[in-house]
Amino acid sequence: MDFWDILQYAAWAAAALLVLWMVFDAIRISQHFSEDVLTSSQEGIDELALQQEQHRSGR
Amino acid sequence: MSDVALDQATTTATPTVINLRKVLGPAHVWALGVGIVLVGEFMGWNFSVAKGGAYGSLVACWVVGLLYTCVAMIDSEITSTVAAAGGQYAQAKHTTGPLMAFNVGLYLVMAYTMLEAADVLVIGDLVKMGAEELGRPGVDPHPFVFFMVAALAFLNYRGVFMALSVNFLITAIAFVSIIVLWIGVHPFSPGEITQHAEMLAIQPLPELSNVPGLPYGWMGVLASFQFGIWYYLGIEGTCQAAEEVRSAGRSLPLGTMTGMITLLIAAALTWWICAGMLPWDYLGQALAPLYDASKMSGSTFLHVLLWVATVFSATASANGCINDASRAWFSMGRDRYLPQWFSAVHPKYRTPYRSILFLIPIAVAFGFTGLLAQTITFSILSGLLGYTFMPINVMKFRRKWPLGSIKRGYVHPGHPIPAIVLFILCVATLFAVFLGFGAQLLAMMMFYILASIWFAFHRYKYVRRGDQFTMSWPRPLGY
Repeated sequence: MDFWDILQYAAWAAAALLVLWMVFDAIRISQHFSEDVLTSSQEGIDELALQQEQHRSGR
Repeated sequence: MSDVALDQATTTATPTVINLRKVLGPAHVWALGVGIVLVGEFMGWNFSVAKGGAYGSLVACWVVGLLYTCVAMIDSEITSTVAAAGGQYAQAKHTTGPLMAFNVGLYLVMAYTMLEAADVLVIGDLVKMGAEELGRPGVDPHPFVFFMVAALAFLNYRGVFMALSVNFLITAIAFVSIIVLWIGVHPFSPGEITQHAEMLAIQPLPELSNVPGLPYGWMGVLASFQFGIWYYLGIEGTCQAAEEVRSAGRSLPLGTMTGMITLLIAAALTWWICAGMLPWDYLGQALAPLYDASKMSGSTFLHVLLWVATVFSATASANGCINDASRAWFSMGRDRYLPQWFSAVHPKYRTPYRSILFLIPIAVAFGFTGLLAQTITFSILSGLLGYTFMPINVMKFRRKWPLGSIKRGYVHPGHPIPAIVLFILCVATLFAVFLGFGAQLLAMMMFYILASIWFAFHRYKYVRRGDQFTMSWPRPLGY
């Protein structure tokens, strides 16, 4: 087994670990948050503009 | 959302709003657009030389450059007002209607996912090629394909700021490497390293052409347009960052237009270097022509630099494609054009994490096929269909919301001339694609027609029609 063989196995292993981490994290997030919260994103809402507006009006 | 609100969401799970994070600036927009495209200078554009000769490829570089300049101008104007993830999909939703928006969304997802697959496939081949040059033949490219997709998806999963900051760095290195190579081949000493006079003295084939320098005549030049697209394919991807830039009205036009200028410079330098160092019949079928030119220069430094830059350009392209495809998929999910499950935003990283995850196996599957030409053709055709819609899009946009009726971050000059020029060039390029990939073009049209039927008869009933229009604009003119 030479350097390139080891590199190929390392690539398989690292890729599998990264994908598994993302899958487990996604499952964990789904368990901790409701779907309503996770899918609550709204198009056309400019948070920065709202914050600036609130800052200007002293709130 | 503030950190306080996020903490509240974490601890009590009370309903709150989790949006994508607005952290990007013009440099990130530049990195997204140029990052996706620059790989096309390192490979792919040179197939246009096989169709139309070196001069034909140069004409394609200019004409298709004009096409993309129109795309960049039109996109900059509309996206500076429609600041929503999904880019052209969100634009189509506002200007045209749901069925067109669904199709545009699919074009985007397909174009970027297929381009991502082609990029990682190329990275796998480059690792294999590098190993061979170091005396180790037979290296399997598949683990490297899988690793690149997983690593870049991980980067995108953890946050858009870091993903596009990395893209900025590696794209800048790849761009500078082209300039370094140009300087390295002594551009002000013609004949010393580059041999343009000799290389460009291409004899026309008597039965096809009587124009010196054009082996297949003007029809060959037209046919070369389909690969001339590689010089710029993907610059319109900057629009996908619209919801995550701090100032859409400023950052998107600035990032997109400077990106387009960068690509025009890179394309011109690339053509000049390669056309002067590689015979046209070799250049027309080379896998990585800039890398080949660096080897021809005789400099070990340039040889190593261009290998690294080629890998970086493909990596930056794949990284940008993951970003863009996931935003388009996410945006369609949010509007219920697809299951709403895909519209989830990660509460900590504020990324469309389910869309990023969902597209991983698709990119890996196409990357594993090894079918580079077919994969990239599917991407190009999807992109072209999207560009053909843009003139219609901007005409409707200007008619419904004339200048002065809504605030625009950028107003493109000369309307409707760019729209008309873009439409004519798209039709010419689609004809060129039909000449080379007629069967694929028809098969892909069939795919989109079937998908449209599915959407119209099955999916549209889930769409909340009243929620489609999200911009705080006045009622369109005439309604």
